[in-house]
Amino acid sequence: MFVIHCPYCGKREQSEFKAGGEAHIVRPKQPTELSDDQWAEYLFMRKNIKGVQFERWVHAHGCRKWFNMVRDTSNDEIKAIYKMGEKPPRKL
Amino acid sequence: MKNKYSIISLIKNSFSYHENWQKAWGDPEPKKEYDIVIIGGGGHGLATAYYLAKKYNMKNIAVVEKGWIGGGNTGRNTTIIRSNYLWDASAGLYDHALKIWENLSQELNYNVMFSQRGVMNLAHNLQDVRDLKRRTHANRLNGIDAVYLNTEQVKKFCPIINTSPDIRYPVLGGTLQRRAGTARHDAVAWGYARGADEMGVDIIQNCEVKGIKRSGDSVEGVETTKGFIKTKKIGVVAAGHSSVIANMAGLRLPLESKPLQALVSEPVKPIIDTVVMSNAVHAYVSQSDKGELVIGAGTDDYVSYSQKGSHDIVEGTLNAILELYPIFSRMRMLRQWGGIVDICPDASPIISKTPVKGLYFNCGWGTGGFKATPGSGDLFAHTIANDEPHKLNAAFNLNRFVSGDLVDEHGAAAVAH
Repeated sequence: MFVIHCPYCGKREQSEFKAGGEAHIVRPKQPTELSDDQWAEYLFMRKNIKGVQFERWVHAHGCRKWFNMVRDTSNDEIKAIYKMGEKPPRKL
Repeated sequence: MKNKYSIISLIKNSFSYHENWQKAWGDPEPKKEYDIVIIGGGGHGLATAYYLAKKYNMKNIAVVEKGWIGGGNTGRNTTIIRSNYLWDASAGLYDHALKIWENLSQELNYNVMFSQRGVMNLAHNLQDVRDLKRRTHANRLNGIDAVYLNTEQVKKFCPIINTSPDIRYPVLGGTLQRRAGTARHDAVAWGYARGADEMGVDIIQNCEVKGIKRSGDSVEGVETTKGFIKTKKIGVVAAGHSSVIANMAGLRLPLESKPLQALVSEPVKPIIDTVVMSNAVHAYVSQSDKGELVIGAGTDDYVSYSQKGSHDIVEGTLNAILELYPIFSRMRMLRQWGGIVDICPDASPIISKTPVKGLYFNCGWGTGGFKATPGSGDLFAHTIANDEPHKLNAAFNLNRFVSGDLVDEHGAAAVAH
């Protein structure tokens, strides 16, 4: 368990949030032209990194807004949090 | 040759104060080259090596393990064994394992304390009732023993359950698989390790894999903390760390690794002689032979390799346990821990070849891999030895995520998926 700094509400317990998986997976611009392999890659394949990972989270029991998080999955340490649409920080 | 464990060997060794028991497995340094290297010395990996040696007569095998054997998820699970899965493919896979379990202690000459005490799954709402009835019918068509119980029958089978209609999620019924049960999880790893070691398999502990060497589309060997090991075939059975190994080989898997927690209470006299699971309220409980209640909680929803879960997950589980078993309200919990489980999008495992020649994966067991240990090892050994899947694990290939032929077991995979 850890504390998350929601960019809209401030510090809250992690149990108020829901993890939305890997961030920055871009939805295909032309879905009709995708091969089965490309669909599998988009839908199912994940980096599942042990270490610094980029993720989406939602403040489910709060403002219900989505945001991005950079987190070290080996020790749950949060490196950065930034809003949707913003670029990830260069320095972590 | 290993000495046979028996009542006679027990008596014989008591004269030397049990200080001269033969070593169950050795501690070899890795050779320069093996025919097959298995990454991961848990139950599944050791079983794979055991069946490779036993059924396919392959002797030049190494099992490399980062920590000590059985120190990962094999020693962290809640030891439940059952095969009441919905789809034909899963029923075949898990019942294959259950059939091996039934004779495993004799086969290994190692008491794995397999106890067919039955597993009961509870229904708490109308949809649960429908799903469980459907699953019961599907099980019976596949030759798996399953019965549906109404509330009175549930109460009769496990009298300490609160079946009062006025609890938050009342018990409306349940299913029972009588052949299901539990086993001693460490003994499974130890038994397979002893058996594999006897047939010449090198079990190399404290040896972490740091890289996988490829040349083009085939594997050349593994880079480890004990040096480079050359091999043409690598079987990866790394559970929660499967993606880490896959990334080393330049592969991506459809897995997410998440913490799954369990806890045990102080030991008490026998009070629950079966395993009771409830998907709807996220709680299951059984009692170990030592007398501890063994309680399984759910997974956290975020990726983590930290081997510790969130407190609120445990709290939610214990709320449900207390609602269903008010008798446990003053029990004290002794230990709590987490393990990292690798979860597939369809809640079914992957026992498969990969696009890389000589690289095989056995992963994605998620929250329910222990029950499959013997069957998983047997089928993975077949897949590696023949470079082709057995018909029982053909459906559990990696390509199903491309073809869309998924084996959706979210209902039967139980509590935490």
